[in-house]
Amino acid sequence: MAALLDVKNLGISFGGLRAVNAFNISVEKEELYGLIGPNGAGKTTVFNLLTGVYKPDSGKVLLDGEDITGKKTIDISKAGIARTFQNIRLFKQLSVLDNVKVGLHNKHHYSTIEGILRLPRYRSVEKEMDEKAMDLLKVFELEQVAQQLASNLPYGQQRKLEIARALATEPKLLLLDEPAAGMNPNETGELMDMIRFVREQFHMTVLLIEHDMKLVSGICEKLTVLNFGEVLSQGDTGTVLNDPQVITAYLGE
Amino acid sequence: MGMLKKMSKNTRSNLITYGIVIAAFLIMQTLITTGSISSLLEGLMVPLCIYVILAVSLNLVVGILGELSLGHAGFMCVGAFTSAFFSKCMRDVITSSLLRFFLALLIGIAVAAVFGLIIGIPVLRLKGDYLAIVTLAFGEIIKNLVNVLFIGRDSNGFHFSTKDVMDLNMEPDGTVLVNGPQGITGTPKDSTFLIGVILILITLFIVTNLINSRDGRAIMAIRDNRIAAESIGINVTKYKLMAFTISAALAGAAGVLYAHNLSTLTATTNNFGYNMSITILVFVVLGGIGNIRGSIIAAVILTLLPELLRGLSDYRMLIYAIVLIIMMLFNWAPKAIEWREKYFSFGKRKKEAVK
Repeated sequence: MAALLDVKNLGISFGGLRAVNAFNISVEKEELYGLIGPNGAGKTTVFNLLTGVYKPDSGKVLLDGEDITGKKTIDISKAGIARTFQNIRLFKQLSVLDNVKVGLHNKHHYSTIEGILRLPRYRSVEKEMDEKAMDLLKVFELEQVAQQLASNLPYGQQRKLEIARALATEPKLLLLDEPAAGMNPNETGELMDMIRFVREQFHMTVLLIEHDMKLVSGICEKLTVLNFGEVLSQGDTGTVLNDPQVITAYLGE
Repeated sequence: MGMLKKMSKNTRSNLITYGIVIAAFLIMQTLITTGSISSLLEGLMVPLCIYVILAVSLNLVVGILGELSLGHAGFMCVGAFTSAFFSKCMRDVITSSLLRFFLALLIGIAVAAVFGLIIGIPVLRLKGDYLAIVTLAFGEIIKNLVNVLFIGRDSNGFHFSTKDVMDLNMEPDGTVLVNGPQGITGTPKDSTFLIGVILILITLFIVTNLINSRDGRAIMAIRDNRIAAESIGINVTKYKLMAFTISAALAGAAGVLYAHNLSTLTATTNNFGYNMSITILVFVVLGGIGNIRGSIIAAVILTLLPELLRGLSDYRMLIYAIVLIIMMLFNWAPKAIEWREKYFSFGKRKKEAVK
């Protein structure tokens, strides 16, 4: 079976700096895949290349067999990649519920006129969206705070809301950029359970960047280690973490 | 259920706003019919409606889309001149003033929307201060273009020029319709207070319902975080243009109302230039950015104030300035917001957050 995400020879330069070079990765359906490496190795740049924020100057990205190389962010979102951000990016002045409803935007339609005139389709579609959004919020235990402004949530809940919003777009692949950043060990533990739960509940494929090795070794089935924009090691989590090269470059003796 | 409560909360808030507008209209109308207010104040009613529409429509760009536009008067100018031109041409053809005004309104709105779209496409690539400066420039360009526009009509049809009346080369039977800096004279005075209030209600209906719809959420998502909005598949360009165009169209409607309230329509700095654009922005900022009801209240108070204070002659502008400062404190000072939330139900969004 072909992999869900198949990236071959991906690369980009910023001026004279080769930020990512000859990057290959192959993520199977419903896999939990980790992307690790020292700061500045190019992990977030890979995410930005996959989601169309940057255009790669070499290589190919296939999602479920569809070539999405160099496409616009909107089209890649429609093709089925959703992401969260290292520094949380919520719609701060919108309610928690509305944040998720924006995520539902492309899956639920009515025209501008129907919206302004509040025609029957507006009501039925909005009701549908409310129900779907509430279901998602329940998964992340956010239903109690649905009417609050996103900016008023504590940090951990903001992270959860970002994931809920990403899932609302019904993606095939979910990219998580340092989901455990700034969390205490307790919260990280909860997060691990949640990621596993999301994978099972939504049959989701997850590619995540993380520095927390407890999380990485705890939930990731496969790993790719980046160093100076190049793949240093790749394979099953156990094998990669015992790779002497990885230990020298990233983990430390 | 929480959702139902929230939905009815939005609807309730909108209904209160409509109620305030209708109540204010009924009170003023009663005062006018009983002759309790001066004719000067009575003459201010249509301009008041114009300012309210302008403030609400600009709030759509500044508060909801989160972009600073200083060219709003330009779109008003477009609406005013196209509709006045139409009404003048059709003065003898369509005798029903209501029908003529309605058609003029549609034309004014449509042309202003087209201008909004055409100007929005290049301009909305910019952000913040740059966008403000460029919209300011476009507003001035529109005003200046109107000032060099000469249109006449004779038995051979329409004649255009950008030089002077002589350049139109009309037959002796021709009449000048648009006379450059002297503008358009003889527009039928079709605007009434009632029409103005109806237009306010329509504007409110469009803007508030848009905000609470799928498109409105997308627009606000772009305001709050463009990169995140893009990452979940929101078409940023489309929704920015949508907000800008709708805002321009509504400003055009205000322009139509303006043009049909005067017998002579000219484009000067005070009515269609940056003075006007800044005045509208002042209403929006003082009323609270993103707060539709606030825009209405600010526009009404700041339009009526100079007239009501006329008796105080020299102290008039002093008091005007003090009111500006007090309104700013009332809307933006954290302590004032806290106090307000305790005693009034204004600023519902912030209140929700506190709960």
